[in-house]
Amino acid sequence: MEKMSRVTTALGGSALTGRTMHCHLDAPANAISVCRDAAQVVVAGRSIFKIYAIEEEQFVEKLNLRVGRKPSLNLSCADVVWHQMDENLLATAATNGVVVTWNLGRPSRNKQDQLFTEHKRTVNKVCFHPTEAHVLLSGSQDGFMKCFDLRRKDSVSTFSGQSESVRDVQFSIRDYFTFASTFENGNVQLWDIRRPDRCERMFTAHNGPVFCCDWHPEDRGWLATGGRDKMVKVWDMTTPRAKEMHCVQTIASVARVKWRPECRHHLATCSMMVDHNIYVWDVRRPFVPAAMFEEHRDVTTGIAWRHPHDPCFLLSGSKDSTLCQHLFRDASQPVERANPEGLCYGLFGDVAFAAKDSLVAAESGRKPYAGDRRHPIFFKRKLDPAEPFSGLASSALSVFETEPGGGSMSWFVDTAERYALAGRPLAELCDHNAKVARELGRNQVAQTWTMLRIIYCSPGLVSSASLNHSVGKGSSCGLPLINSFNLKDMTPGLGSETRLDRSKGDTRSDTVLLDSSATLITNEDNEETEGSDVPADYLLGDVEGEEDELYPLDPEHVHPEEPEYVLPQEAFPLRHEILDTPSGPEHLQDKADSPHVSGSEADAASLAPVDSFSLLSISHALYDSRLPSDFFSVLVCDMLRFYAEQGDVQMAVSVLIVLGERVRKDIDEQTQEHWYTSYIDLLQRFCLWNVSNEVVKLSTSRAVSCLNQASTTLHVNCSHCKRPMSSRGWVCDRCHRCASMCAVCHHVVKGLFVWCQGCSHGGHLQHIMKWLEGSSHCPAGCGHLCEYS
Amino acid sequence: MRLATAANEAYTTSLTVSELLGCKQCGGGRVQDEELGIRIPRPLGHGPSRFIPEKEILQVGSEDAQMHALFADSFAALGRLDNITLVMVFHPQYLESFLKTQHYLLQMDGPLPLHYRHYIGIMAAARHQCSYLVNLHVNDFLHVGGDPKWLNGLENAPQKLQNLGELNKVLAHRPWLITKEHIEGLLKAEEHSWSLAELVHAVVLLTHYHSLASFTFGCGISPEIHCDGGHTFRPPSVSNYCICDITNGNHNVDEMQVNSAGNISVSDSFFEVEALMEKMRQLQECKDEEEASQEEMASRFEIEKRESMCAFSSDDEEVTPARDVSRHFEDTSYGYKDFSRHGMHVPTFRVQDYCWEDHGYSLVNRLYPDVGQLIDEKFHIAYNLTYNTMAMHKDVDTSMLRRAIWNYIHCMFGIRYDDYDYGEINQLLDRSFKVYIKTVVCTPEKVTKRMYDSFWRQFKHSEKVHVNLLLIEARMQAELLYALRAITRYMT
Repeated sequence: MEKMSRVTTALGGSALTGRTMHCHLDAPANAISVCRDAAQVVVAGRSIFKIYAIEEEQFVEKLNLRVGRKPSLNLSCADVVWHQMDENLLATAATNGVVVTWNLGRPSRNKQDQLFTEHKRTVNKVCFHPTEAHVLLSGSQDGFMKCFDLRRKDSVSTFSGQSESVRDVQFSIRDYFTFASTFENGNVQLWDIRRPDRCERMFTAHNGPVFCCDWHPEDRGWLATGGRDKMVKVWDMTTPRAKEMHCVQTIASVARVKWRPECRHHLATCSMMVDHNIYVWDVRRPFVPAAMFEEHRDVTTGIAWRHPHDPCFLLSGSKDSTLCQHLFRDASQPVERANPEGLCYGLFGDVAFAAKDSLVAAESGRKPYAGDRRHPIFFKRKLDPAEPFSGLASSALSVFETEPGGGSMSWFVDTAERYALAGRPLAELCDHNAKVARELGRNQVAQTWTMLRIIYCSPGLVSSASLNHSVGKGSSCGLPLINSFNLKDMTPGLGSETRLDRSKGDTRSDTVLLDSSATLITNEDNEETEGSDVPADYLLGDVEGEEDELYPLDPEHVHPEEPEYVLPQEAFPLRHEILDTPSGPEHLQDKADSPHVSGSEADAASLAPVDSFSLLSISHALYDSRLPSDFFSVLVCDMLRFYAEQGDVQMAVSVLIVLGERVRKDIDEQTQEHWYTSYIDLLQRFCLWNVSNEVVKLSTSRAVSCLNQASTTLHVNCSHCKRPMSSRGWVCDRCHRCASMCAVCHHVVKGLFVWCQGCSHGGHLQHIMKWLEGSSHCPAGCGHLCEYS
Repeated sequence: MRLATAANEAYTTSLTVSELLGCKQCGGGRVQDEELGIRIPRPLGHGPSRFIPEKEILQVGSEDAQMHALFADSFAALGRLDNITLVMVFHPQYLESFLKTQHYLLQMDGPLPLHYRHYIGIMAAARHQCSYLVNLHVNDFLHVGGDPKWLNGLENAPQKLQNLGELNKVLAHRPWLITKEHIEGLLKAEEHSWSLAELVHAVVLLTHYHSLASFTFGCGISPEIHCDGGHTFRPPSVSNYCICDITNGNHNVDEMQVNSAGNISVSDSFFEVEALMEKMRQLQECKDEEEASQEEMASRFEIEKRESMCAFSSDDEEVTPARDVSRHFEDTSYGYKDFSRHGMHVPTFRVQDYCWEDHGYSLVNRLYPDVGQLIDEKFHIAYNLTYNTMAMHKDVDTSMLRRAIWNYIHCMFGIRYDDYDYGEINQLLDRSFKVYIKTVVCTPEKVTKRMYDSFWRQFKHSEKVHVNLLLIEARMQAELLYALRAITRYMT
């Protein structure tokens, strides 16, 4: 039987001819179907029902089946199908639930043959039996499928899906009695036409409605389904359980799916919404469509291969009221536009490079590096001779290894972790970073940091820094006292006194120290808290044990003296902001100053040692070159670009962050963003999450700081039933239990939950911290000795 | 007759109970705190709904596990248990989906900032002068850091939101007039333009609150105690009376009047149910026999469309808009207009060409992920919800009735189902019911207790709430369909 039909329908030697063409219809089409002679196509829609002849150069309207003056809903077609055995027989499904058959052989103008009004709701699909002349199947919105024998007035049998609306019905091409139906609730059912009482098999294929299905013309039991969930799935029905063999993810809901003739793994799809193109997929390569037809301007509603044995001609109807014939050779192939080369850096400086075989072969003179043991040098896919893209599918992968040692990136990690980017005065940041760089043996970088400090903090203080360095060391005992003095000075009670000093300070006859405190007060006039930043900064540096690098006071004390150009005003709010948030500095400050401030005599005591070496610094302060820092900004920007070009984007970004407003305006947003994203990317590759987060936070580029706002949702699973807790993070919807209780206060923990990895008890971070200060046993009373680190 | 006396008995018993135990309604009533000079607000209303006697509504504390979980969810999400929730809990299955959707729309991931969402909610509710929702969301709006200045009127809000005003107006009253030009105007307004995702979010919010306003009026939701009109500071009178006893008395008198008015027709209304059931049975059976011609079917839709206009009795008692609600929208005169009345010919919207399941869903889910799914579930639950009961009858297949109600509402918006015989609507829905539906859907602010009482007199309150759920979901879908179709047209 099959052989027979194949012989009769196969093309007798002469292949189909034609070209890509389209013709305008009067109304949007809902469905199309091809006559078995491949020379005619029927188009049906709400207000159109016509047969077109497909000629060499154009479509020619052959017959209009909408006859009669008054419009009837019976003619408003949701679907149309042309019998594959009988050229004169057509069936349509009407939106009002009527199934109509048409006989083109009728002599009268009205070709309407029979009317079945058994469905209560819209009929979504009609389907003729592939070999039987009189059997018609329909599937309707009311959830029923009906089988009609065209020789009789009404249906032969009714199949109840027992679930929601039927979206598609298709007779199996290879199994005489089998048909598949798909449903709005995502189910697919298999039926035996002889057994209307219950379905043979049912399974859930998609999430949401399954709009369409198609049996494979060659492989028995292969069924393709397409759903609203934007997927096309290929099922193997021969196994006892339907097995999903392939899955293609498209970009919009799938309205129609049709296997491509003579190409075992190809199928065509079109979408119901948003996407107007027709795609032909190779199901084994589900990511890039094999071919794409882009002719339509509105959604494609019907597709049909012109001839069951010719893979080159595809017909389509669309809501944009056009009927198209697409030729495969005119299709656009996204694969061609895809970049067939891939290049990737490994963490340790290795480079992997994949390219088409042909490309690599052409350059075979240069042998790829062959010293790698971990990866195969050439990776070649086993080629399937049937696959038309074999040329594209084979590729070579080369891995280039860097010499051992040379590619070590430990300096990067160290630098990233140890750099200070914010939270202290500029000078300190620069010094600190310079020190870090020097320790890692990166002298040029260290030099750069030092120069930055000179440019932006205190012109001409290089020598003084080293000088004071030794002095500071010698009298390190005086250091905390100075700090305390500064702090004291700022108490309002002393305000008037220091203001007096200030006038003296202006003449520069007094000590620098007093001067600076005076300026601090003036700053305070503007912004109350500003002044306190400076001493806090000191203490921070102090306590962290960096006396070595901390140049005592003088550089700091000189710079507030010339606020107009040495330390741009706009820097203040920035620094202030950063200091405000972490509790660290204030905390330290409290601890540090408490012993000193206690006695008011601290004033007098502190004055003496300070004088002694601040005098020294004065001479250096006079060294000022008086060049505005703007003068250097061009140079600095060039420097940043230089580093970025060299591949040290870390330096570029670090400097950018440290200098902040001073240089930001001179570099265009895009470059900055580029640097930031590259640096963040690098950091993340090295799993330096904290650093990368800090960088994101400190960046001023909008696109970058957005990174922290995306996907901020944290998903939690219930600790009892292991289900995700969807609605709220602390109570499980399923087992109605609160997930995590605090062992100390016995309340639900809604935020940070800290637990002991030994006994798995835990609770609120604060509570546990407090508890473990006083006791070393687990608060839950399990006897475990918990540790908090 | 028998039923009416039973009601009277219930009334007397409830009164004695309240006399014995103190005032139930105001939570134990006579609080002694007046001496402290603290002004204690007292609830003015009685129960969450003005239409449904409090005793019919589930008491908090007597709910089952499922409802309790729902209450807990609602409380956790909103920080309150509002009257809408208390009324909707008649249908816990729906309520769950409703709360989930609302929570997602207002608080979860979405393109619009939180205060915008509440402000859009206010705009939408204000179109129907729904002071209940406006008050609730004014609080929420301020709570999430909204600028109080915006509340002085739409002209104080950012230009971007002002642009949305037109869409809000059309969507609320004449959704069939939405064109792709409206959409284009919003999307291409230079610095004030909306993104597609934002617009879809806004549209979903607008439709949600338009229909929620319908529910609020349709079920006569009482103001929340913390909102305007929900409480009084008047001290309870010196005598043993509690304020709410008095109002309660009044309320019961009301009810009795209605009952006595209905007394005459009690037997009538008893037969009403019987007749309705009989009609349903007939329609079910005769379905296949009499086959109306196509023109007949088409004209039936037109008739129903036209009639839906006439069914609306022009009750001209002007509802005075509650305090400064009107300032949130302009053009108060713009209201629901039937499209056939003024000779405007609007092409009928065919569901088969653009339906929620195939088209709307995909569009929403594409632009505002997950919400399509949530709304889809909500529509499904509302459309398929049934307990197979009708008044005192059990095991009734009500799908036909539900479909008639759903399609009638869509019919009012000009949406036509090719596969539906609109003659059924006439058979199944009587005039007073149609008036109620029409009022709730189109001009919810004009719903009165009389309307609520006068349809389906023998049906339970829970069934009337059920009807309301159908109404609001059908309305929401209708508005969404028009708006989404315009967006689709804009995109293609």
